[in-house]
Order: sequence, then structure tokens, then C-alpha cells
Amino acid sequence: MSARVQSEPFDIGAELRGFGADAGAVVTFSGLVRSEDGRLTALEIEHYPGMTEKALTAFGAAAAQRFDLTDWRIVHRHGILSVGEPIMMVATAARHRKAAFDAAEYLMDWLKSRAPFWKREIGPDGPGEWVAARPDDEDALARW
Amino acid sequence: MAVEVLYFAWLRERIGVPRETVQTDAATVRDLIAQLAAMDEWHAAALSDLSAVRIAVDQELTDLDAPLGHAREVALFPPMTGG
Repeated sequence: MSARVQSEPFDIGAELRGFGADAGAVVTFSGLVRSEDGRLTALEIEHYPGMTEKALTAFGAAAAQRFDLTDWRIVHRHGILSVGEPIMMVATAARHRKAAFDAAEYLMDWLKSRAPFWKREIGPDGPGEWVAARPDDEDALARW
Repeated sequence: MAVEVLYFAWLRERIGVPRETVQTDAATVRDLIAQLAAMDEWHAAALSDLSAVRIAVDQELTDLDAPLGHAREVALFPPMTGG
């Protein structure tokens, strides 16, 4: 049961070694930097040190309680990340599949709209626009 | 009282500093933002559309009408784009 914010890459295989060993069901999701049809070379991710760690830990604890998780892990990167690099991952462990899937979706919906991260596009000519929040991310959160 | 005000993403860029210490008697976040917006044209432009501003007081998300109380740190930023 842990949340981490880091600039370094992470290894999903290493993160999952021993994770949820007695659970029965483990779900992982990982988000990667998209090129947006070749328009981008990287994303820059800014965050709010201190608040970010507190928020991610609170989301994990809430998910654990709601979905009766036996374990959970959130890793989210910041800094400049090239196309194809992993941005973040969530892993959830529960007795049964549905709870593990639902908890992973729940964590993703909270991460998208309530964790203090901001993405900026970087293209061949350098830094571009800040990524705008999407209304459907807010809608996704409302279902919980 | 003295409050540390933090800015992130395009709010930080438009205001020109990542943080500043502000002396204020503001009762609510809304009052504090009005005070900040009156400081200069950069603050005024960045804070002109409050529908685009999200707020954390002492690292907890809150809203414009939250009382400032004994807050030490107020952060203003655009809607978050994590994940």
C-alpha cells in the first residue's frame, strides 16, 4: 500500500514482484506518453510537491476501504517524459476480479482530475500548450 | 497574517513567480484572490477567469468561498491533468 512520485522511470515487472501475493486478483494500468500523431516528442509534467503525495495516499486508502483491497500501489512520474515512456501506473489487489478492476478505474478517475499534476506538450519546436482538462474526466469521477 | 501563495502551470507562467508571501486580512479564498488580482496587471490577467482556477488551502482542495482561517499555504492552479 504505497504511493510514490518520482522523475525516474519505473519497471512495472519489478513493481509487481510479490505484489498482492495472496490476493486472487491483481489489476494493473499504466499510462504512456502519446505522440498525438507525431505532433509531440515529449510531455512535461509539473506537480505540487507535498500535496501530490498526500492526495495519492488518500486516494489509495479510500480505494482500499471501498473495494476491500488487500494491496494497492500508485507510481506517478514528473519532469520531461519522451513519447512511449510510462507516465504512471496503478496496481490493485483484491480477492476477486471485479473489485480489482473497479478499484483501478476509481484510482485512475481520481488521479486524472484531483491529483495536482499538470501536463504540457513538447513538440519538435519546444514547449507548447498546457493540456486542458477534459469534461468527460470530470464526468467519470461523478459516477463514484 | 502572512500567507504563502503558490502558483502552478500556466498560472505560474502568467503571474511570473512560482510563489510569494502575501500579507492579508482576507476572510475567504475569494477575498485573497481579489487582493492578488489588484497587485498588478499580470496577477489581474491570470486571475481574470476564476472558473479556470482550482484552489488548495494547506494542500487540501477547496473552493472559492472557503474561509482562510489560519491557512499557511494557498495554492492556485488550473484544472488538474494527472494520470
